[in-house]
Order: sequence, then structure tokens, then C-alpha cells
Amino acid sequence: MAGNSEPLSPRAKLAVTAGRAAAAVSRAAGKGSGSVIGGKVALRFDPDLLARLARHLDVVLVSATNGKTTTTRLLAEALRAGGPVVSNALGANMPAGITSALAGGSDARFGVIEVDEKYLAGVARDVSPKAIALLNLSRDQLDRAAETRMLAEKWREGLAGSEAIIVANADDPLITWAASSSPTVVWVAAGQSWKDDAWSCPSCGGVLQRPGDDWYCGECGFRRPTPTWALSGDHVVDPYGVAWPIQLQLPGRANKSNAAVSAAVAAAFGIDPKVALERMYKVQAVAGRYDVVSFLQRDLRLLLAKNPAGWLETFSLIDGPPTPVILSVNARGADGTDTSWLWDVDYTRLAGHPILVIGDRKMDLAVRLEVANLQFRVCANLDEAVRSAPPGRIEAIANYTAFQDLRRRVGN
Amino acid sequence: MSESSLRLVWVYPDLLSTYGDQGNALVVERRATQRRVPVTRVDVRSDQPVPTSGDIYLIGGGEDRPQRLAAERLRRDGGLNRAVANGAIVFSVCAGYQILGHEFINDLGRPEPGLGLLDVVSTRGEGERCVGDVLADIDPQLGLPPLTGFENHQGITHLGRTARPLARLRVGKGNGTGDGTEGAFNDTVFGTYMHGPVMARNPHIADLLIKLALDVNALPPVDDQWYDALRAERIAAAVQPA
Ligand SMILES: [Zn+2]
Repeated sequence: MAGNSEPLSPRAKLAVTAGRAAAAVSRAAGKGSGSVIGGKVALRFDPDLLARLARHLDVVLVSATNGKTTTTRLLAEALRAGGPVVSNALGANMPAGITSALAGGSDARFGVIEVDEKYLAGVARDVSPKAIALLNLSRDQLDRAAETRMLAEKWREGLAGSEAIIVANADDPLITWAASSSPTVVWVAAGQSWKDDAWSCPSCGGVLQRPGDDWYCGECGFRRPTPTWALSGDHVVDPYGVAWPIQLQLPGRANKSNAAVSAAVAAAFGIDPKVALERMYKVQAVAGRYDVVSFLQRDLRLLLAKNPAGWLETFSLIDGPPTPVILSVNARGADGTDTSWLWDVDYTRLAGHPILVIGDRKMDLAVRLEVANLQFRVCANLDEAVRSAPPGRIEAIANYTAFQDLRRRVGN
Repeated sequence: MSESSLRLVWVYPDLLSTYGDQGNALVVERRATQRRVPVTRVDVRSDQPVPTSGDIYLIGGGEDRPQRLAAERLRRDGGLNRAVANGAIVFSVCAGYQILGHEFINDLGRPEPGLGLLDVVSTRGEGERCVGDVLADIDPQLGLPPLTGFENHQGITHLGRTARPLARLRVGKGNGTGDGTEGAFNDTVFGTYMHGPVMARNPHIADLLIKLALDVNALPPVDDQWYDALRAERIAAAVQPA
């Protein structure tokens, strides 16, 4: 499908080179990987560059509130069975970062691209993807006023008439609403643990009825589509009814869900579920997430949870009591500065665990835990929290910038 | 108080619970329970009737379309208005605050009638959203320490004759009218733009509602150390933003 017949124009080549130079300068100046700044410079030279780079690839876009980075990794591994893959594996998921990632993969057949939710419709228009995987939508970064249903509506408008195969989670009503304007949809029953952003019918505003795993609107008839793929416990069931075991090194139900969607996407490119899933097993940690690191004679597992749905999934995968849990929350720009979401998280799930609280907003967490009637200890920093736990495993759960702080401190 | 337990009604969590609004219910519940006052919490979904026998009603914030749907359903239901006529206490936040007034601008850009429980009218601001820490002095009649909260809205609420400002701003936009007011109250009906949620940062407001419901002047003290620490931190942040 990706015939490299048409070489890049001189203008596009120059843009790629300028971008590489800027990225190298950025790296040398110690400003991280440089992928975003490289992409920004490249886009300034040639605004159509993203579209031109993508023309040589079979592009798959992945978007969601949660799990898009991990799914991008799983899917990239799976598609490597069919040819070389270029991917923005570092999570630089806005147009500049995507451009930069694609610029590094001139020999690739596949482009597996994580896209920030707000940019999905635009990127989908620019790169003419062969497939788009849509996992879930829920509240995130409340101060951005990116209303969840409005986002679904934007996706719906942007994807209407798209030639891509949309692989979408039928268990998420907002995802279903976003995807169902597209001509070709592969529905996956990928599950949904967090339901509190989908009690209203996205179509008519009626109250959704949600008996068991089903959902429907009693007023307008909008309802859960019949899935052809399904996550069923530790297996993914394909359209022929064959159950393939999902074995991952990554923990938790949410990652099985990500793998099920990835298997469905891979199948659309002719890759057998068995082969796809075996390759997904190779993924160990994603940008530090799920990594277990040795720190002050303890084994710290680093877990990222950015919003209520993410915290819910994370609580379901941690080791049981008496494993200590460190909670760290910041409210810097990248986290969203409104911390009221803490009250949507059911911290009573941590009853029985020793709980250690750190981060810029540890006082917000302390009040939250006090009201949940939990025992906890507020610590000055990570070192103090780790030292107050006995040797052994510690689960460390943090939101976005708090997670980066943790990684920096433990040298991950 | 109508029964042997405090009846706490959380109105329409399916529509108006976008900004951690459950927190206000949890704090009221916790602080009543700490005083050995049993609490019955009723969460009323928007396809269920609003019970009229509650003591305290909480109504939260939400996005523009759910706000319109909530107003339509509350008007049709009538339960909240009957409860207030019976003397119930209502505490409302942001979108819920606007719904309690006479009118607000809905997601279609048109005026939407509210419940008329507060003498206020809301419109939508033209400029940027008001986002950030707020500090204000609560009406001395209520005898409460300063109000700390987080605002995250684009509304402007004008107070009529019978609505008193809940607080006078030291930092923040509050009602957005530029007159230095934040929130409104009249008798047992309260409205505010403050999230946080507001009870977590101002537990004395939760205590006030409990006292009004029980019709008592004082409650046994509880350990406020974490609330106090959070208040001190957020008040400092409001005065001197990072
Ligand atoms: Zn409907």
C-alpha cells in the first residue's frame, strides 16, 4: 500500500533537514529529546510536510483520553510483523511532534501515530490514515474547558466520511457516538470501568440505561453497536469466535483492552492475532510507566494516573495490602490546575494499604483521604515516603508532572 | 430535621458532577457522621423525581448542555422548589447556582429559565474563562472564616434585591460582574462559583448547613488539621500566585 514512488520534494527535504538540525541543537542544550522543537521548526518551513511525509506510509492513528501511548507501542510492535514502523513512541502527540517522528522514518511501511484528542480531526484530515483506533473518552484537565461530549462531537464531524477503517470501543458511548458517523467501523467490546462521563445520551441528552455490559438510550434508540471483536477476561475473541490469549508484561485490565484493540487493528492489515499478540508481549514499560525501579532498597513500581478513569484502572492493578502506596499529585500547567477531580476518585479502594502522600498538592490529597476516613501519612518528599515503608514492593501512583518528578528522582 | 437522620440529597450527579462535586456531599456526610449525626444520602438521577423531604440539597457544576437538560428536568419535576418551600437547605455550585436563578444563557445561546429560588440572573462572559484560586470574605451575618476556592467558569451573575452576596472578593472574579461579589444567598438557599470542591476548602460551610438542618447553634469540634493546612496553602497561593 505504501509505494515509495514519489520522492520528497526539495522543499520538503529541506524542511526535514532543518528540523533535524533544530532537534540536535535542542538536545545539546539539554531540553529533552528535541522531538517537539524539531517538528515545530520543520512545520514552519513547509506546513504541508506532515501530509507529504505521511503519503509514503500506511498510517494508523491512535487517540483516547487514557492508554493512547501504550496502545501506540503495542500496535507498533504488532505491525512490525508486516514491515518497518515509524512511531511517535515518546508521546509527542501534537502535530509538531508527529511531524518530527515521521521525518525519522523514511524507510518505514507503517506510521503508528498517537494523537492528542484535540488534534485528532485535523491530523486525520492531513495524513489520510488507513485506520484510526479510538479507545475511550472521559474527563481530563478540567481547566481546559475541553468538554468531553464536545470532543466526541468534533471527532464525529471530523471523521464523517473518513476513508479510514475506524476501530472503536463499543463499550464507551462517547466513542461510539464519535465513530458512528464513519462508513467503516470495526467495533470492539473493549470494556469501560469509568462510566461517570457517559450517563447522558450523546445524541439526544436522554438518560442512558446501562444494564450489565449493555447500554442504550430509551428516548432516541441510540445504542451499543454489536461488536465483532471482544475482550473477554484474558482473551480477545476475533470475528470468527476464536479466543486468543492475551499475555502481556504490562499489568491490568486496561492494557488487555489496549491489546484487544491493537489486535483488531493489526488484523485489518492482515496480521494474524496470534502473531500480533506474541509481539505485544515484548513491550515492558512505556515511557517509564509500569517500570519497577530499585530505590533506597525498595522496589518502586511507577504508575501514571492522570484523571479519574486512569486512577480507577490503576487501583485495580496494584498489589493488595499491606503493599504500601505512594500517591503524588501536582497541579502544574500540564496536569491541569483544577484539582477538584481528586473527589471523583474513589480512594476508599486503598483501605488497608499504608498510604504515603507527596507532591505539590499533598494537602488537597490529605483532605481527600481524611474525608474518605483513611489512614495516611503526609511526607515532605519521595525519599521520606520511601524510607517510611519497609523494604519490598511499593506502588507509586502519580499524575503527569508528579510522575516526571518521580522518574527524575529515581534516575529512571 | 425531618427524620432521625440527616437527609442529604445530591441532585442530578449524572448531569451536574463534572468538577468533583461529589466532594461537597462527601464532606457534609463525613462531618455529620463525625458528630454522630446519622446521614442518609440520596443521589437523584435526572430521570428520577427529586424527593421533597430532604434536609440538605446539593447541586453541582456541569457543562453547558447538561446544564440546560438539568434546568428543563428540574422545572418539569418541581420537587426542588417544593422542598425549598418546606424550608429545605440548598447549596449550589457554578452551573447549579445559575439554574437556581431566574435565567441563564444555555448552550444554544438562548435565555433558559431557571428555578427562581435565588434572585439572580446569569449571562455568559465574553472574555477568557475565569480560572484560578479565589479568596473572599463571607457575609459577616454567616459568621464564617474567609472563603477559599477555585473558580473555573465563564459565567456572569447579577444579583437582584433579595439576593445577598455570599462573599466580598479579595482575589478572583467570583460573580464576574466587577462589583467584587462572589456567590449569593437568601435564607437557606446558597449559590457559589467556587469549586475545589468548596466544602473541602471551607468545612465550616458544611458545618453551617448541618447546623441549619439540625437547628442548633454549635457542633462538637472535630480535627481540622488537614483542612487548616490546605486552607493556609491555598489562601497563600491566591494572594501570591506561583
Ligand atoms: Zn438518546
